[in-house]
Amino acid sequence: MNEYILEMRNITKEFPGVKALDNVNIKVKKGEIHALVGENGAGKSTLMNVLSGVYPYGNYSGDIYYNGEICKFNGIKSSEKKGIGIIHQELALIMYLSIAENIFLGNERSTRGIIDWDKTRSKTVELLKRVGLNENPGTLIKDIGVGKQQLVEIAKSLSKNIDLLILDEPTSALNEEDSQNLLNLIVELKSHGVTSIIISHKLNEIEQISDSITILRDGKTIESLDMVKDKVDEDRIIKSMVGRELTDLFPKRNAKIGETILEVKNWNIDHPMYERKILNDININVKSGEVVGIAGLMGAGRTEFAMSIFGKSYGKNIEGEMFLHGKKVDFKNISQAIKHGLAYVTEDRKNLGLILINDIKRNVTLSNLDRVRQGIIIDENKEIVEVEEQVKSLTIKCSSILQKTKNLSGGNQQKVVLSKWMFTNPEVLILDEPTRGIDVGAKYEIYTIINQLAEAGKAVIVISSELSEVIGMSDRIYVMSEGNITGELDKSEATQEEIMKLIVSEKVGVSS
Amino acid sequence: MDKLEYKNIIKKLKSIVTKVGDMFGETMIGKFLGKNKQVLLIRSMISNNIRQYGMIFALIVIMIFFNYQTGGVSLYPLNISNILLQNAHILILAVGMLIVILTGNIDLSVGSVAAFVGAIAGIMMIRNDYHWSISVAAALSIGLMAGAWNGFWIAYIKIPAFIVTLGGMLIFRGLTLVVLKGASLGPFPDEFNSISSGFIPDIFGGDGLHILTIVIGILFSLGYIYYAYTGRRKKQKYGFDVAPVWMTVFSSTFIIVALNLFTFTLARYRGFPNVSIILFIVIIIYAFITTKTVIGRHVYAMGGNYEAAKLSGVKTKKVMFLIYVNMGLLAAISGLVYAARLNAAVPKAGNLFELDAIAAAYIGGASASGGVGTVIGAIIGGLVMGVINNGMSLMSLGIDWQQVVKGLVLLLAVWFDIATKNKAK
Repeated sequence: MNEYILEMRNITKEFPGVKALDNVNIKVKKGEIHALVGENGAGKSTLMNVLSGVYPYGNYSGDIYYNGEICKFNGIKSSEKKGIGIIHQELALIMYLSIAENIFLGNERSTRGIIDWDKTRSKTVELLKRVGLNENPGTLIKDIGVGKQQLVEIAKSLSKNIDLLILDEPTSALNEEDSQNLLNLIVELKSHGVTSIIISHKLNEIEQISDSITILRDGKTIESLDMVKDKVDEDRIIKSMVGRELTDLFPKRNAKIGETILEVKNWNIDHPMYERKILNDININVKSGEVVGIAGLMGAGRTEFAMSIFGKSYGKNIEGEMFLHGKKVDFKNISQAIKHGLAYVTEDRKNLGLILINDIKRNVTLSNLDRVRQGIIIDENKEIVEVEEQVKSLTIKCSSILQKTKNLSGGNQQKVVLSKWMFTNPEVLILDEPTRGIDVGAKYEIYTIINQLAEAGKAVIVISSELSEVIGMSDRIYVMSEGNITGELDKSEATQEEIMKLIVSEKVGVSS
Repeated sequence: MDKLEYKNIIKKLKSIVTKVGDMFGETMIGKFLGKNKQVLLIRSMISNNIRQYGMIFALIVIMIFFNYQTGGVSLYPLNISNILLQNAHILILAVGMLIVILTGNIDLSVGSVAAFVGAIAGIMMIRNDYHWSISVAAALSIGLMAGAWNGFWIAYIKIPAFIVTLGGMLIFRGLTLVVLKGASLGPFPDEFNSISSGFIPDIFGGDGLHILTIVIGILFSLGYIYYAYTGRRKKQKYGFDVAPVWMTVFSSTFIIVALNLFTFTLARYRGFPNVSIILFIVIIIYAFITTKTVIGRHVYAMGGNYEAAKLSGVKTKKVMFLIYVNMGLLAAISGLVYAARLNAAVPKAGNLFELDAIAAAYIGGASASGGVGTVIGAIIGGLVMGVINNGMSLMSLGIDWQQVVKGLVLLLAVWFDIATKNKAK
């Protein structure tokens, strides 16, 4: 038998005008966890699409050997038949169908077109057990969290008897706890003989679970390493990914912390639909030139808090007091909040941050058209000048400011969202997961922008699920858990363990 | 027809569509000029508006076709004037409908609202002898209220627009029947009737040629030249790339020649119909609002991504409400124009107007999911349908076949859109 389950040799794939893959080679050993890393646009997803047959044979050049035999896939079905399963970054589950229906969608347990529900159910129970998910097969997908949905996706793949599982950014939407569960599952599957290829930006996770690693840059294989033999660590990977050494993941900041700009006292809100408290007596303040982090798990109420102070854009029965420069304020709607110098950069840039079918220009000026209007008319010339200035100062890579934002990379999209809010000239910026799903190089640039904002005397609040990011960027950290602030730490006393303890402590308190 | 033959036809049709797309969008200009920054500018200008240019081109082809088929009758001054009179009410609706469609919504009630407004105007003027100005004002306010009714349920209570306006369609149709007691009312006083049957007076007293109409055409040409010139100057002042002079001259010349040919043709008959003045004012106002103003920008933003627009400080509920109020107003104007044209208030008035208006917007390049479309596009879309109707009538093809062709045109137009978009990818 061959030692390698998969070999891709000299794969080249061209799109009009770009070589997305240029003689890429990758070898995956049977029963290992193989990491595939690279910056956004390095070609990882394209490579996996070639492998899974999304780009059929003949559409690329090079050879795919699977279990030693050459394969010519012409669609996902044909690669699945061979035992290759792929789970995409954006989950492909149907919200209003049950777990069981989703798992066997397109692969129904049936006789002559009539579904055998008993068989479906028992098979589902079996599969859910394998992925460690304790849910009723009849539960609708919309009623379980993203973490569990991810597990259902894996169960769906396993139902097709696969032996090579490809996971594209599986933990990007998960909190630390769910991520850990998922990683454990992948290791568990490995012990049952399932080989995995994992694409991820989270290098600590890769370091934790993978056996070997292939690094891509600009559509080329840079190197393949054995994690143990080559003593691979994060610095080593980053260096190889970006082609340069990032001396420090977080750039230095030189800001003078001044007086308090925003203060929120005894803030309480309820869920907009159900009778349920979301936030419980939250007290937070932030000073000029200061970056304040809010750490916590997903669902801790951080986003809800940010949106509720941003012109009551979330929640019901909002109670509490808010002070700007010591003066009490009460924003009835979002445009009032914006006028008073608040800006909220959403965690969900595609659905809530950008108008993807519109160009950069229209996106940037949308929140503050007052700045470019004369009377009731928008002065388009002025608009162009101002937006081009923004694009230049944030080094947004684009063909022109008339490029549609849906055609930009994740990092550049995030910069457009940032420049949209900088365009409103805010005093307080709330950044919700500002670096989610963007690559190392772009992250560094976003951090630099955050520092510049602080240095310009703005008050910045950073909400992040990545503990290293919160610690690396903040002067002060609040930890939130289950709608409460469970601790406040100074930069000097903050460690990942300390924060984790504060996150967990409340959980214990609630359940007891 | 066997399968192979059928496949070949599809293939040919496809290649024609993409070739037309090419001609307007990409290669032609690229081949003529090579690649430099200015070309890229022109290209992006063209490929951004390819659907609109495509429809203008289609409109011209259709007009030439019917002119040939009818032995020149279709371009007679009388007939051009008729096309305006026959379609003004739909074009006015199409403008409002385009704005509704820009938000990703729809309004099915406009035909019924138009009928109801016409009925109210009839009852006031014919049964109760109110002065026409008071009746028109009252009728327009009823339109505003009908729009506010729809807008309230859609914007503030969040009931899907399809359902609210389907309800409105039934409600206002029913009310029309109630107030008219199922019978027609007519005729209207002459002052009112002249909205759709009168022509603007010729203050210059031309004989056989309507001088004022020609003068208006010339004034607008001068205005356009001034606008194009100052626009360029302003851009240059900011140091932007501007399209090359020859191109501005070419496109301006095209527009001015077309405009003056149009006014000259009308002048050879009886000049501008009164209703065309209403129509042009509506077009100019709404083209201006959608392209140049803050609220126009907000409408497009809401259609592109409602939640993102809301989080950017757009007062989405208020804007949505106003859009439907505005739709009500335009439906009322349309209803009055139509009533004046029939010279009667009839219970069946406005039947299927909503679908014509929606089709006009789609043919003119609007996207069903919102955020894409222009007022001018919707007008061109409406004209395409109007010219086809008119031409087929002249060829004595009945309303039955007109419907079939209209349906096919709608389908083809959207297919063209998708084909060119796929290519752009």
